[in-house]
Amino acid sequence: MLLPYLISWLLLLLLLGLSVLTAYLPLGSFHPLANFGIAIVQATIVFAIFMRLREPPAIKRVFACAGFFWLTFLFGLGVIDYLTRAH
Amino acid sequence: MPNPRPEVQFATLEQQTEAAQLGMWVFLATEVLFFGALIFGYYVYRISYPDQFVLAGHDAKLLLGSINTAILVTSSLTMVAAIELVKRGEPSRAATMLFVTAMLGLAFLGGKGYEYFEDYQDHTVPLLSFVLKPREQPVVELFWMFYFVATGIHAIHLSIGIVAVLVLALHARHGRYSAAYYSPLEVLGLYWSFVDTVWLFLFAAIYPIGRA
Repeated sequence: MLLPYLISWLLLLLLLGLSVLTAYLPLGSFHPLANFGIAIVQATIVFAIFMRLREPPAIKRVFACAGFFWLTFLFGLGVIDYLTRAH
Repeated sequence: MPNPRPEVQFATLEQQTEAAQLGMWVFLATEVLFFGALIFGYYVYRISYPDQFVLAGHDAKLLLGSINTAILVTSSLTMVAAIELVKRGEPSRAATMLFVTAMLGLAFLGGKGYEYFEDYQDHTVPLLSFVLKPREQPVVELFWMFYFVATGIHAIHLSIGIVAVLVLALHARHGRYSAAYYSPLEVLGLYWSFVDTVWLFLFAAIYPIGRA
């Protein structure tokens, strides 16, 4: 029963190590993207396993997605503002 | 042990548990927007002033931040372990796990406090003790503003979680939960893991910044 949690925990620590490693790599402007990407993978593991979104009932997933749905509006409209602003 | 029965408005315990979890998810959706806006603001400035943010990030304590991340990730593991133990009908061992979870949370806060102290000595605390280093421009202060606001709000969330976990640990010790009823544990577990996730994003934003 605990095995999926243990594997997730190990994966999260590995990804943490990877994130620390990127600090020393010359990634230039891809840096924020790489770290944010790793965080998204980590968050997906936490949400699916630790917060049990992979288990029924599926209605949980709908509720969980709602926040991120509205977040895309916030990010989308925010980005449009900065992209179209004359500097 | 009291025989658990659902509150009057629910037909079954399962329905009650499900409603409680959905309630927590609704709250977490508002938290996603709250922290999302904060992190979005950070990346807008990070992309607008990439070189200055890299300079500022050099002074972030990568080792302390990494250790703290490992502590928090481990606390999520002990939290779900507590839930699993209650499910198996071992509430007193679950209480111990909850206690360990709270201690890990406290260890994180202790580490964070020490880090704030080092930041103060490094003069990277806006308003209190802030000195620009060579090549740094005033926008560096924005990085540290974000750092303190974001980690501070996260620490408040974590403190609330620690108190709640300790209360549930006491309840578990007094036999309030059983394999048939452990809804509060499950709901608090959601909150705890979410606060963990927020930290993972803060870590990605603040610590692993160009040291190449």
